[in-house]
Amino acid sequence: MTNWEIVAVIIGMAVVTAVSRGFFFLSERELPLPRWLQQGLRYAPLAALAAVVAPEIVLTHGHLIDTWRDARPYAAAAAMAWFFWRPGVLGAIVAGSTVMLVLRLGLGWAGS
Amino acid sequence: MSEPLSRALAVCRHPEFRRGALDVLGPAIGLGAWGLVSGVAMKSVLGAGLAALMGLLVYAGSSQLAALPLIAAGAPIWVVWTTAFCVNLRFVIFSAQWRPYVMHLSRWQRLAFGYFAADMNFVLFIRRYPKPEPGPGQMPYYLGGVITNWVCWQVPLLLGIVLADIVPTQWGIGFAGTLALLALTCSLLTDRVTWVAAAVAACAAVAAYAWPLRLNIICAIAAAVAIGLLIDSTRPATAVP
Repeated sequence: MTNWEIVAVIIGMAVVTAVSRGFFFLSERELPLPRWLQQGLRYAPLAALAAVVAPEIVLTHGHLIDTWRDARPYAAAAAMAWFFWRPGVLGAIVAGSTVMLVLRLGLGWAGS
Repeated sequence: MSEPLSRALAVCRHPEFRRGALDVLGPAIGLGAWGLVSGVAMKSVLGAGLAALMGLLVYAGSSQLAALPLIAAGAPIWVVWTTAFCVNLRFVIFSAQWRPYVMHLSRWQRLAFGYFAADMNFVLFIRRYPKPEPGPGQMPYYLGGVITNWVCWQVPLLLGIVLADIVPTQWGIGFAGTLALLALTCSLLTDRVTWVAAAVAACAAVAAYAWPLRLNIICAIAAAVAIGLLIDSTRPATAVP
């Protein structure tokens, strides 16, 4: 691609960002969603988060981890344990990242 | 003082503005690590100038990363755009939930509202205001959140582009972004239904990982909504998570 084509790609992608994030509220028209579906969608944020997170923890190149010396599940477990002990996002990130760094740099384990 | 300026100042002084900013600041350290790594990856494909332009304009990390290999391979432009849209499909679902909160705004305001509403902002906003109706404090909360999120994503991303050669990506620092989202997920686990829904979503996302265009996320949302509705229907009084 030439640089100008890439600029066109980028501008189009910015439009995609705005349109996808506003998809169902940019138009004034009534939303044709049935009531039960609108109810059920309250699980959507939680589900989207879990769906983004889970593969990052247990998959390597699309396959389940096949070694026990992968730092990610341990880091994730540490972050979760910390969170339920002391609710707060920052502490969980620090706890998980510490486990990650110790296992990866200290013991030379695999990881993301 | 001019009228728009004094109104902007009033919004910034609102206690909910501060709260919105603080709620984003916790996960933001993880988000920033992710931005840093994304900046490094984007520079390696696009060069510094175009990488910065993409980061500043597109403002959607996952679709930016999905576009990189396609641009590198010289794929047709419409393929890149379609891919970006599919990767963003979760936002389409979120937008249905945003709707009751934003319909009192003008269309241009709604366009800007949507553009700046990243994943984190949506999750935190719905957690703070679970009742789907407009209310006082919502706009300051939203603005505090999106401004903080924008800064905490864009600054590390630009740093990643500038410092691409010395950022130690082999440390796995990008994983901090995953940990941030994991902690945010935990904060939504309030009762048994939410635990089950999250477990189902996680399993579905892993099982369908081979699907193209990150459609496994849509599959996971569908599975979790289905199981959530199923459990809700077996209980007489439904508790809102």
